[in-house]
Amino acid sequence: MDESITLHVDGRKRSLTVDTRTTLLDALRERLGVTAPKKGCDHGQCGSCTVLLDGRRATTCLTLAVAHDGAEVVTADGLAEGDSLHPVQRAFLDHDGLQCGYCTPGQVCSAVGMLAEAAAGWPSHVTRDGAGRVELTDEEIRERMSGNLCRCGAYPNIVAAIREVAR
Amino acid sequence: MNPFEYRRAMDATAAVALVTEHPGAAFLAGGTNLVDHLKLGVARPDLLVDVSRLPLDTISSLPDGRVRVGAAVRNSDLAADPLIRRRYPMLSAALLAGASGQLRNLATTGGNLLQRTRCVYFQDVTTPCNKREPGSGCSALEGYNRGHAILGASEQCVAVHPSDLAVALTALEAEVQVLGPAGERTIPIGELYRLPGDAPERDTVLSHGDLITAVDLPELPMAACSAYRKVRDRASYAFALVSVAAAVDVADGVIRDVRIAFGGVAHRPWRATRAEQLLRGEPATETAFAAAAHAELAPARPLAHNAFKVPLAASTLVATLRGLTEEGR
Ligand SMILES: Cc1cc2nc3c(=O)[nH]c(=O)nc-3n(C[C@H](O)[C@H](O)[C@H](O)COP(=O)(O)OP(=O)(O)OC[C@H]3O[C@@H](n4cnc5c(N)ncnc54)[C@H](O)[C@@H]3O)c2cc1C
Ligand code: SF4
Ligand code: FES
Ligand code: FES
Repeated sequence: MDESITLHVDGRKRSLTVDTRTTLLDALRERLGVTAPKKGCDHGQCGSCTVLLDGRRATTCLTLAVAHDGAEVVTADGLAEGDSLHPVQRAFLDHDGLQCGYCTPGQVCSAVGMLAEAAAGWPSHVTRDGAGRVELTDEEIRERMSGNLCRCGAYPNIVAAIREVAR
Repeated sequence: MNPFEYRRAMDATAAVALVTEHPGAAFLAGGTNLVDHLKLGVARPDLLVDVSRLPLDTISSLPDGRVRVGAAVRNSDLAADPLIRRRYPMLSAALLAGASGQLRNLATTGGNLLQRTRCVYFQDVTTPCNKREPGSGCSALEGYNRGHAILGASEQCVAVHPSDLAVALTALEAEVQVLGPAGERTIPIGELYRLPGDAPERDTVLSHGDLITAVDLPELPMAACSAYRKVRDRASYAFALVSVAAAVDVADGVIRDVRIAFGGVAHRPWRATRAEQLLRGEPATETAFAAAAHAELAPARPLAHNAFKVPLAASTLVATLRGLTEEGR
């Protein structure tokens, strides 16, 4: 069954008709040609499909496009301002936070969302609660980024990149 | 995936009526479990009623001291809420020990409670599974059952409930507010989940059309001294092998009151009433913790691959209580 929806993707208004079964990930990639979010596992287990959905990081493979009519989607493509990269993107380049690059758009979006969560004082599994401000130690970065797998194992450099931006 | 119609509900009564009228309908919240099941062919609804935008997304203090958590509150918002962190730290900890940041931003309170087992055979439509297809048999009984139940299982099903949140809520004795075809009712969380018995297809006592609208947390001062400890195969982003939610009230080294629930050991979060009884009035010592853990786990009947869960559950309980009581000193 088809439904008409509108998504605001990387600053552009996109209207389309989707089969209700279409995930947000497939709508972006297959229907709108927005290929920054990647399909790794398609089951919520790898994080490569992560975008900022209405301002928060979210996987897109386990959520239906119809359920997000009117939503604001920012993919790794939309993070840069013109030719100047987002600080997180810059840091991934500076620290070699990637090898094949397949997980990178998801990592970058996840990191941007995670930095905002930490700035808002959200705790993580490894936060000793009671402390007001969250200090992004390597342990904190690893825990908060655990939803993004990298099969090239670029983790040390990903952590280094995020550490630099968190400072 | 079967074709289905999608409707976004704007009011709870209408959502309940819509699902009640359609035998093939299901509620959709964050979708992080249901959409997975649509892809796997485990669920085949012909109508999805999206309840994630219902005005059930607030956490509020009730006049009598309880706290009401709306069913559409996202797992991440619940975990980060200052009131929850202060009054019910185990609840926040349980959520933060589950899934990942980007999943918790989608997952809701109601959906988390009603997520279904991660038993691999349940998720694999090519294998027999009594929970998915009643009467087809249980592949886990003689199959790979390392992650399965050690308590309360039946010959029909040995699955465990996967939710971390539900374990903390069980220790807290939360109450689940339900709006059904016949109106509203309150179900103590201890009565929400079923043991498999001979009807493993039913995870809970809820019926078709029953919508969880909220979860009420009791005013429980000792919950301020509570913790959630989860043991898993990797440090993060994995389901529990065993977990423990506990709250204690210790005065002068004596346990005045205690609440304990286990996760990862049974078809439902396992309230450790036997251990609680043994501990009340006892000195807060490692010996007392261990005795209580062993008594609770005495009825355990491990399967071929999960005998390790019995000592693991015991030592996890001891470690949790040790952590809580040492802190208080
Ligand atoms: C990779 C991965 C790892 C995970 N790890 C963990 C973990 O470690 N610990 C853990 O606890 N969970 C874990 N989860 C599960 C996750 O917590 C659940 O998928 C999530 O909480 C479900 O919430 P949802 O809102 O997305 O529900 P949905 O998927 O939308 O719905 C789930 C079920 O609940 C029903 N439902 C939803 N809302 C209501 C309501 N208000 N009333 C009645 N019925 C309703 C739906 O019909 C459906 O049957 C993991 C999930 C993934 C994909
Ligand atoms: S344990 Fe339960 S869910 Fe798993 S195969 Fe057996 S019947 Fe199915
Ligand atoms: S593709 Fe979405 S989490 Fe793997
Ligand atoms: S860079 Fe290859 S998967 Fe991460």
